Amino acid sequence: MRHFAGIAVIAAAAITLSACAASTPAASDVDATTATSADDFGGMDALIEAAKAEGQLNVIALPDNWANYGEIKALFEEKYGITVNSADPDISSAEEIAAADNLKGQDTAPDVFDLGTAVTLDSLNYFAPYQVANWDEIPAENKEETGLYVNDYTGSMSIGYDSNSVPKPTSLDDLLGSEYKGAVALNGDPTQAGAAFAAIGLVTVQQGGTLDDFTPGIEFFSELNKAGNFLPVNATGATIAAGETKVVFDWSYNNLSAAATVDGWEVTTLPGEVYTSFYNQAISKDAPHPAAARLWQEFIYSAEAQNLFIKGGAYPVTIQTLQDAGTVDTAALDTLGELKGDLVTPTPEQAEANAAILAEKWAAAIS
Amino acid sequence: MSVVPAPALISGDAEAGPRRHPLSEPVPRHPARRSLGTYLGLTPFALYVILFLVIPTVLAVTTGFFTEDGSVTLDNIAGIFAPNVLSTFGSSFLVSAVTAVIGAVIGALVCYALLGTGAEGTLRSTIDSISSVLAQFGGVMLAFAFIATIGTQGLVTRFLADAFGIDLFASGPWLYQVPGLVVVYVYFQVPLMIITFMPALEGLRTTWAEANATLGGTRVTYWTRIAIPVLAPSFIGSLLLLFANAFSSYATAAALVSQGSPIVPLQIRGALVSETVLGRENMAGALAFGMIAVMIIVMWGYSVLQLRTSRWQK
Repeated sequence: MRHFAGIAVIAAAAITLSACAASTPAASDVDATTATSADDFGGMDALIEAAKAEGQLNVIALPDNWANYGEIKALFEEKYGITVNSADPDISSAEEIAAADNLKGQDTAPDVFDLGTAVTLDSLNYFAPYQVANWDEIPAENKEETGLYVNDYTGSMSIGYDSNSVPKPTSLDDLLGSEYKGAVALNGDPTQAGAAFAAIGLVTVQQGGTLDDFTPGIEFFSELNKAGNFLPVNATGATIAAGETKVVFDWSYNNLSAAATVDGWEVTTLPGEVYTSFYNQAISKDAPHPAAARLWQEFIYSAEAQNLFIKGGAYPVTIQTLQDAGTVDTAALDTLGELKGDLVTPTPEQAEANAAILAEKWAAAIS
Repeated sequence: MSVVPAPALISGDAEAGPRRHPLSEPVPRHPARRSLGTYLGLTPFALYVILFLVIPTVLAVTTGFFTEDGSVTLDNIAGIFAPNVLSTFGSSFLVSAVTAVIGAVIGALVCYALLGTGAEGTLRSTIDSISSVLAQFGGVMLAFAFIATIGTQGLVTRFLADAFGIDLFASGPWLYQVPGLVVVYVYFQVPLMIITFMPALEGLRTTWAEANATLGGTRVTYWTRIAIPVLAPSFIGSLLLLFANAFSSYATAAALVSQGSPIVPLQIRGALVSETVLGRENMAGALAFGMIAVMIIVMWGYSVLQLRTSRWQK
């Protein structure tokens, strides 16, 4: 049983390594692990100094081509001279939390998380509360009041397509046509990946359903599968470049990132409801580099990094302030286009109910 | 790509293979000392197995009997019998059984064909070496090898479509579903059969065929009364090894099949890593328990068969 062998190795490694764990002493006399704002360090400069003394930051599940994280990580390194160790870029939110568990007490444990909402709400005891300097610029509905977690960016669910081989889809019914045979793919299995889950949500509301019940979305993909148009391949930058996945439901920032590198890849959204879902930034309470983790949080909400999200095709949480203050990267925002229309996002209760529905019906719908 | 149950099975195979004449075994002069030495020699391996297989397996499986808060529950075990989970056990069993039978039959035929070549000949040793490599050629590499050749945009797929107008995927994207697993698994099952079954076939003595002929037997009686009864235990043993190999195979399927988690190892992954369906981590332990239960039943069937077939050899 190969799988058990894998678990065995991880478990054994965890047992061995946790025995020789050592705590990193804080650089200054401030206890960075309990600091809830830059003021606790004695101001931003002191925070920067403490973070520089740590010298390292462990991030996890941040692919370079996801919402422009490549540039964001690079700018952080350049600006503060802190090495960013990027572990496991392609794992899921749930695995980020699992990594925090398995690596607890080691200096390779993740310092900060970028998580989907369901996992965030399920993992509150992993986070350390922290409020960034521009806390007030973040709308109240986008943050936990003590700063345990804060929304960072959202995309809208979009359809990317290879304009060299398929026509532009203008409605969901188009996708059932023979010209899309074996072409339509999701970014993951909706019972496992947030992006695929969101795709089913978008199709549901586009089909006239509500976010209470994703069944209409599941039924559409079942029809798509019967028509021979659904391709059960995980869409990635590589499958798009290889021409394997010709039509992909994914977050706008992922599809736009593919459009930037793949000739003929175009991104469209259907008229009507726009499905959005914020990711959440949080600091690990067991962060081996607590000051660097807090500096990263400050950096993520700074205008510089928030504008880099826009450049990467995502809508950052402070976009209204950026626009009001005139600090927004207008060129990037013009390329992206404003997020407008009838925005829908499932509540945590709706997400949980639909997860159960998908667990029950998805496999049968596409087999 | 190591198969954990393999050591036990392979040693079972060796035992089940054609026996040497009892008199050719040296009689141990100091049975007690020899057995002590045997146990001492076994200690490192036993420790290794306990640390890296038994304890983790027990730990993993016991999680299936607890809730996240740590109270005892049978809900996870009951979850195995939910229709959508039960059907994945069906698919897993089917894929393993079908690929084991295909692999065993083709592999045995190849072994038989190789018997006609010289035992030390280049052809046999070459095929032996190639099989040893290919039997371990699984996982992500194998999945991508198939995607690159007969995937929807694969080299062979494009060639067939352009040159002959043949659409490999006319009936749907089968490569990325359960039928695809059958095709891909057979790729490592056949060589595995060759390396495990060849020694048994090589154990057939020409003298037995001669004795059969001397006693007036025909070719048919040689196979039905001598060769098949002698080979049956190792054939069935190899078949079981192939079954276990496919049943526990994870990485190949994970790289190839990305929707619906149709086999149990993929269900285990889903339970552990899903970011949408949460709180099923302990379900993974229950699923593992279910896999072990299936393997125990299959092993039990094997030992019953083994008893029956070894009767012929007495």
